Amino acid sequence: MNLMFRSRWWSFGFRSTVMLYFVVLIVLPIIGIYTQSFSSGWEPFWSSVSDPLAWKSVLLTVRLSVIATAINVLIGTMIGWVLIRYKFWGRSILNSLVDLPFALPTAVGGLMILLLLGPNSFVGNIAGRLGFEIVFHEPAIVIAMVFVTFPFVIRAVQPLLEEMDKSEEEAAYTMGASKLRTFFQVILPAILPGIISGGMLAFSRSLAEFGAVVLVAGNIPGKTLIASVFIFGEVESDNPQGAASVSILLLTLSFLILWIVNAIQSRRAGK
Amino acid sequence: MKKLWITLTYLVFIILLIIPLIRIFYGSWAEGWEGFIKALSRPQSLHALQMTGTIVVLVTLINTIFGVMLAIYLVRATWLGPRIKQFLNSLVDLPFAVSPVIGGLMIVLLLGPHTVIGSFFEDSGFKVVYALPGMVLATLFVTFPLMVREVMPVLQEIGSQQEEAASTLGAYSWYTFWKVTWPAIRWGVIYGVVLTVARSMGEFGAVLVVSGNIMNKTQTATTLVYQDVENFNVLAANSVALVLATISIALLLLMEWAKKRKGH
Amino acid sequence: MHIEVNQLNKHFGDFHAVNNVSFTIEKGRLIGLLGPSGGGKTSILRMLAGLETPDTGDIVFHGKRVNDLPPQERGIGFVFQNYALFKHMTVFDNIAFGLKVKKQPKDQIRERVMSLVELTGLKGFEHRYPHQLSGGQRQRVAFARALAPEPQLLLLDEPFAAIDAKIRQELRTWLKDMIERLGITSIFVTHDQDEAIEVADEIMIINKGRLEQKGTPWDIYKNPQTQFVASFIGESTIVSEVHKLKGFEDASSWAGTKALIRPEYIEVGKTSEFKIISATETGRIKHIHFRGSEWMVEVQVGDVTLITYRSLEKEVLHPGEEVNVLVHRAYLFNDTDSWIMENKLKEDPMPVHI
Repeated sequence: MNLMFRSRWWSFGFRSTVMLYFVVLIVLPIIGIYTQSFSSGWEPFWSSVSDPLAWKSVLLTVRLSVIATAINVLIGTMIGWVLIRYKFWGRSILNSLVDLPFALPTAVGGLMILLLLGPNSFVGNIAGRLGFEIVFHEPAIVIAMVFVTFPFVIRAVQPLLEEMDKSEEEAAYTMGASKLRTFFQVILPAILPGIISGGMLAFSRSLAEFGAVVLVAGNIPGKTLIASVFIFGEVESDNPQGAASVSILLLTLSFLILWIVNAIQSRRAGK
Repeated sequence: MKKLWITLTYLVFIILLIIPLIRIFYGSWAEGWEGFIKALSRPQSLHALQMTGTIVVLVTLINTIFGVMLAIYLVRATWLGPRIKQFLNSLVDLPFAVSPVIGGLMIVLLLGPHTVIGSFFEDSGFKVVYALPGMVLATLFVTFPLMVREVMPVLQEIGSQQEEAASTLGAYSWYTFWKVTWPAIRWGVIYGVVLTVARSMGEFGAVLVVSGNIMNKTQTATTLVYQDVENFNVLAANSVALVLATISIALLLLMEWAKKRKGH
Repeated sequence: MHIEVNQLNKHFGDFHAVNNVSFTIEKGRLIGLLGPSGGGKTSILRMLAGLETPDTGDIVFHGKRVNDLPPQERGIGFVFQNYALFKHMTVFDNIAFGLKVKKQPKDQIRERVMSLVELTGLKGFEHRYPHQLSGGQRQRVAFARALAPEPQLLLLDEPFAAIDAKIRQELRTWLKDMIERLGITSIFVTHDQDEAIEVADEIMIINKGRLEQKGTPWDIYKNPQTQFVASFIGESTIVSEVHKLKGFEDASSWAGTKALIRPEYIEVGKTSEFKIISATETGRIKHIHFRGSEWMVEVQVGDVTLITYRSLEKEVLHPGEEVNVLVHRAYLFNDTDSWIMENKLKEDPMPVHI
């Protein structure tokens, strides 16, 4: 009896510790940030958010993230397709390399882009002569976002393509459908959930990205200052309330995306 | 058509991944071996690398233990109602949606020197923000979903029948865990560990906000890279980045290996 | 459609999947490609469809070589083993797919699809998705979808493999009726001999990439031309020393010859059931098994065990009982040759005519 009692007590202790850890680490900070930004009511929240530099940074982040996501959806679908469907030399190495941006510190990623495209680099020089500006301008931010979110669409599309039966495609061919038509009417609808959820994850990650972007963006307020860098600036200049206000704009957007991704995935699992 | 797609794929990989990697390697040798060593042997470099190492070890340990246990509870626990389980399950992913900078900000807001809890700790001589504990906390927050999300699907897939079988054969929970559950989830856990190590080594935004980036005190390898770039000391930044990139590639190889084992 | 295939060959790496296969198929026939799994049946079907390219050989439809035509232009319908229905389309859209590709007017598509829906007994299911249908219903959708563009040739790859036994029987009859009614040339692949015998007008037996025999089911059953065909079709026992059996003593003049004896070639019963006792062996009943519509009898004759069937109408035999066994004929084969040998004692040597 004594032993059993003790083991019950232990397991209760374990449970509580794990659950407490979970709540304190994850839930408390998120509640904290929402309460902080509304701590002194609507007024200060509104004034921080309506600061043109603040909302411009949020808008810029959303706009560039949309572009980066669109690029990733295109190249991600293509690469996912090529890596699953074609056998060619170097395929498995490329397939392993896909995860590199997940393994590499984002700051290192940013540094890479800076070195490659920066003002003193080969590409930077050529672009400069042609009248393009890459680093410290929007293109660099988009490139950084594409780099960091590169694996998402590929990894979301691959399992669906693998799962897909090749005979569905062949069935379309035997009924006279061209390759193009088969792709758009048979293959694409089958992998669309993957493209959407991968794209959403890439989008939410782009919204959140800091490390890679801060090094290449130049961070000119109102021009190349993205939201996460703006928040960082506010923290540095000791304005946590302003930082929190912009944060919850970004957070709410991200949560919404996460929720959509979950909904898509659970709908798929339900089928 | 097929040739075109393969060529395009190679092009994307070469431009987006391979050339940048080569550039880092090549960049850190700009002044030869000596420049590389000199940049690395600066006291702040050594301290930063050591700091990163400490964080990686602490975070990986804590995240692995709590992550595995939480995964088991979220899949198996009967003492949680299905609705609560579902709710908790959806909370697990939250850190994915939170910008690391915001993650850091949260900790500053909760535990910073001006807050109730923060000043309480400060008075008892224990600094959280702008010190190691805060940095570990921030990294824990960011890496939290990695382990849980790796282990949960494996547990779901193997089902509880094997464990039930073990218990009907007279095995108690610890024995069942080590002999039945652990061998099944082992490769998932290892994969989760590799992901956690990679992420905690590379974490930048959250740590930057929480640490204050004080040289020789709270500076990590990634924040040092940032500072070196800001100070236009590109060669030094490159050298530290090269160390990080090399470890990342090693981790990537480990990831591939664990993924293959996990698949069997 | 009239189909002619000449000297077809296909390799997958080192594996010779289809080996010098030639045949012709008359318009309107229903052909079964029968053989063990991995024997090359599906490869032949896929080459006919244009989903696979032959290494050498010609495929001729209506006197026109179609080797270089892509599947889109061959005018065929293909029913895949797992149906390959488009998961994200309703039954209606699945069936309409081929018609939409042909850019037919909408009302015409609608009419055609609805008539096929009716024909296949899927009325009321047009707006369901494949995952909301049973296996048999999916099969019928796949069939309707393949038929919609009015193909000249219908190819079916193991059409009943994924359906459970009870419904399979029903579907077989249904499919045979349907194809007969439409009069469309059809080829189906199967590894189930009952299915081939029951459904096909003609069977082609494929083994190890070769065409072993082509003919009506009855032909193949009665006159198997190779040992493989003889052992693959129907049930049989192989007897190595056939000359020891009464009436087959002559077989000893061909050394190394074995015999294949079907249950139907054997009669077993009490002495009173036979007219010519001299042609029978004595044997002992080893086991009897009730088979629903008849008895399966295992009988020991000397050192060979023979298997045969016995009607339920006749007197019930018991294990251990001594019985007479009459072997009507045997299918003899050796390395080079094969032929059928009748029991020579069976005919009364001195018939008495009154």
